[in-house]
Amino acid sequence: MSASFHSVPDQTPLDNWVAAKPDTGLQLVDQHRRPELEYPKVALSNLCLSYRTQSGERLLALDHINLQVRAGEFVCIVGPSGCGKSTLLHLIAGLQPPASGLVVVDGKLVHGPGTDRILIFQDHGLFPWLTVGQNVEFGMKMKGVPRAERQEKTRHYLKLVHLAKFENSYIHQLSGGMRQRVAIARALATEPDVLLMDEPFAALDAQTRDLLHDELERIWNDTGRTILFVTHNVREAVRLADRVVLLTFRPGRIKNEFPIDLPRPRHIEDLAVARTSRAILDELREEINRSLEAEYQVGMKPRIEPGVSA
Amino acid sequence: MKRAARYIIFYSALFGLWTLLAELKIWPPYLFPTPWGVGQALRAGFADHSYWIAIRVSMARVLLGYGISVVLGMILGLGVASNKFLEETMGGLLVSLQSLPSICWWPLALLWFGLSQNAILFVVIMGSLLSVTLAMEDGRKQMPKIFSQAGRNLGASGFKLFWYVLLPASLPFIVTGLKQGWAFAWRSLISAEMLYLSLGLGQVLMMGRDLNDMSAVIAVMLLIIALGYLVDGVIFKGMERHLHNKWGLTPAI
Repeated sequence: MSASFHSVPDQTPLDNWVAAKPDTGLQLVDQHRRPELEYPKVALSNLCLSYRTQSGERLLALDHINLQVRAGEFVCIVGPSGCGKSTLLHLIAGLQPPASGLVVVDGKLVHGPGTDRILIFQDHGLFPWLTVGQNVEFGMKMKGVPRAERQEKTRHYLKLVHLAKFENSYIHQLSGGMRQRVAIARALATEPDVLLMDEPFAALDAQTRDLLHDELERIWNDTGRTILFVTHNVREAVRLADRVVLLTFRPGRIKNEFPIDLPRPRHIEDLAVARTSRAILDELREEINRSLEAEYQVGMKPRIEPGVSA
Repeated sequence: MKRAARYIIFYSALFGLWTLLAELKIWPPYLFPTPWGVGQALRAGFADHSYWIAIRVSMARVLLGYGISVVLGMILGLGVASNKFLEETMGGLLVSLQSLPSICWWPLALLWFGLSQNAILFVVIMGSLLSVTLAMEDGRKQMPKIFSQAGRNLGASGFKLFWYVLLPASLPFIVTGLKQGWAFAWRSLISAEMLYLSLGLGQVLMMGRDLNDMSAVIAVMLLIIALGYLVDGVIFKGMERHLHNKWGLTPAI
């Protein structure tokens, strides 16, 4: 696969992608056979990243990641903490260059940040010096969208996340769940093709999180965006995703992929969600144990016994 | 209410002590004037417009000098904060230069610019530039990384990133430094004006000495304190309060 991937020149139009497809050996999970959806929106090819620790060691964070995401697909990436899953999103967002390998979005090589891919951070990254409305407007303002259009869209997206009344509030006046909704509205307002979500709901209480799952699913349905969602919570991943990708602990490699074809809408407490989660969790558990072993000293190795949910 | 009462008690005691000492005539009135004498001097100074002119000239000078310092200091501070080489080399130099009282630049300024407005401006800039630079450097480092990441992610780069993200994001961290820079600029200005006799508050102050008019000297000193406090206590305090409200931080003091 890699040969043709590496030969994809910069700024390749989608048509060339189609031509290049036969020898890419793409493994597509799409069962609906909609041809327009068969070519990857996001393609990661042999993506590697390493960094130097404080003691001067070279640490391989991501090891030859190959992943294709269809347009409109909802992919969740799970793995133990420290597996490089957040880093992976930063690479796709173009906030950080990979050590080697390619990030291709819409057939174009990613060189740096672009508003076709917006990252939503775990701690939201909203600007506290701006109002909610100004935050949502920000990306459009950078793009040079005229003021009137900006304001109209801001109101539209705030309505979409049920925050229309808070347009003139400041960020610190909102609850954690509301802040994440503003972050989602801010991301959507730049009209990206791809939403990259980095454990966006990890710091929220369970009730708020359940609500936001429903809202995210609705927004995804309404807007048809491609979503890459990183989480350490397998239940959350199964609740949301079309496909769950499991990463190994240090270096991050793709250990397995699980297509989730449970009917929607789903709920995190559904039996089917729980059952599917269990299968994934069994594989994840090994990696969690490896991460715990790395964290604790040798000699005191706590293990997560089967049957304990993460 | 309690606080207001404390203020009233303290200042009336101070005033009373001053009046008492002056009325006892331990020292001759031309060395130790009464509060009324100072009040009269103030009134006279404003009546013949000389204080108004002095205030206007001094304010114009300090605003220009401080403004240049802020712009230069922010650029320098950002540069030092984002470049490891500059940080290691220039960072140390900036800190050591800060130990130099700004009026020490006066002889150098005289030789470079002659006895002119530019020499005053130079001293004012040198007085406040370092505090602003160091504050900006520190602010840039303290600023959470997520803001610049989010800004770049949303399509801001280059000047737009600086203007719409880095600058507002670092403001709460640099406002103290900006305030300190202002205080240094103000002090440097008055010192320089006392040495270069051409309008301004420093000049009126020295004129009081030349005329042996202690009431006028104290009147101008009070004026300098009042103006310095006005900017510090009203403008900067207001700015800090505004930032704290927006960011939802607990106000410092």
